[in-house]
Amino acid sequence: MPEQDTITAPLSWFGRFKALPVDSTPKTIFVAVVLCLFCSMIVAAAAVSLRPTQGANKLRDKQVNILQVAGLYAQGVDVGTVFASFEPRIVDMKTGMFTDMFDAATFDDRAASSDPELSTELKDDPAMIGRQSNFTTVYLLKNSDGSLDKVILPIYGYGLWSTLYGFIALEENGNDIFGLQFYEHAETPGLGAEVDNPRWKAQWSGKSLRDGDGSLLIQVAKGTGPEKHHVDALAGATLTSNGVDNLVKFWMGEAGFAPFLRNLTAGEA
Amino acid sequence: MGQTKKDLLIDPLVDNNPITLQVLGICSALAVTSSLQVAVVMALAVTVVTAFASMFISMLRNYIPGSIRIIVQMVIIASLVILVDQVLKAYAFQISKTLSVFVGLIITNCIVMGRAEAFAMKNPPLDSFLDGVGNGLGYGLILLLVGFIRELFGAGSLFGFTVLETVNNGGWYVPNGLLLLPPSAFFIIGLLIWGARTWKPAQVEAREYKIQTVEAH
Repeated sequence: MPEQDTITAPLSWFGRFKALPVDSTPKTIFVAVVLCLFCSMIVAAAAVSLRPTQGANKLRDKQVNILQVAGLYAQGVDVGTVFASFEPRIVDMKTGMFTDMFDAATFDDRAASSDPELSTELKDDPAMIGRQSNFTTVYLLKNSDGSLDKVILPIYGYGLWSTLYGFIALEENGNDIFGLQFYEHAETPGLGAEVDNPRWKAQWSGKSLRDGDGSLLIQVAKGTGPEKHHVDALAGATLTSNGVDNLVKFWMGEAGFAPFLRNLTAGEA
Repeated sequence: MGQTKKDLLIDPLVDNNPITLQVLGICSALAVTSSLQVAVVMALAVTVVTAFASMFISMLRNYIPGSIRIIVQMVIIASLVILVDQVLKAYAFQISKTLSVFVGLIITNCIVMGRAEAFAMKNPPLDSFLDGVGNGLGYGLILLLVGFIRELFGAGSLFGFTVLETVNNGGWYVPNGLLLLPPSAFFIIGLLIWGARTWKPAQVEAREYKIQTVEAH
């Protein structure tokens, strides 16, 4: 009997494990665990090591968009240097005043608009954004003598398929539009996505938000309208155009930046 | 299998094309062919993923337990796809923005799984790698053909450069909006399959049924 034991029982725990068939339960669990550990290490290493580059890309993309809407972007410019001429400030949307509660360089508008502490649920919600952040980052472009040249305001709202995120650039009087551009959306290519068409975007330049009485007249609509306030809707993209119309009216209205723009032009922000 | 290394690369391009013959990977072919640039990047990404997934799976094929083999394949494919996605986000940000979710969806591309299960589980690593490259290129070939037609006639441009000046930009060409929408890719791929099977009748599948004449009693 003792001799037989030495023949059938393998020498070690490891040897016994190795002798098992591939389909046995211990080996199956072993393969699954080792593979998952190995793959998760590879994926984690890639994600961590590439994160700084990805973050820089995101930031640069946003800066390029701000430069574009302010008309300062050209192929090959040093984005970081040109962007340094902008002064980012946080605006308290309730009072329309600048606030220094947050650091403008690190404040995340997107995160703030879904944070219950920092945002308000909208009852009257033409732009269909659900919640509006109480604080928003705006970008001021100053002349060399320190006076205001342009102000860049973030705007967003729902189109046909997606939320359109963009910027509007206003002249120092807070009423004349210099440009408008969206940097993120998923509208229909060739139809709604024509919001990116330079010819359509060029229509915004020189338009005014309000007339002399202060009523908000800017509109995106088919056909013709008041010359100073009318932007022609996109052909074949009625719902996207309506979305843009709504979101511009919302953000330029009393619930949006109107109080801030009054304060800004009065020099009291 | 009796195939030479060259066959492994060349066969999937026409004779055994994953899209036109095997009719796999159709969903992503609809989504990423509205412009050529996106189609090229997607084709490269799928080629890289298919080739390396097949190679790694083939290297492990003798250790993969049958009961969890599909999950093991998925884990390897998913890890590779995440790697590709991360690299694109870091080094080709604009393109990764246009591709958005479709890079992640390479995981569900039937071609990758199909080659892993049908070829890599039974063949040595180098053959599997070449088979993956071949199938990726075969997929890419169709993507480029469809992308060419869709971008040229849908947007009047190729690789973003204007070829036919569209009316929106003050030219003469009225673009065909349908070609920019996913259904148009169905039509084009359908026509391509028809063309391929007319050119090479060997690709026509045998009928699964037969119409018989029945005599009335």
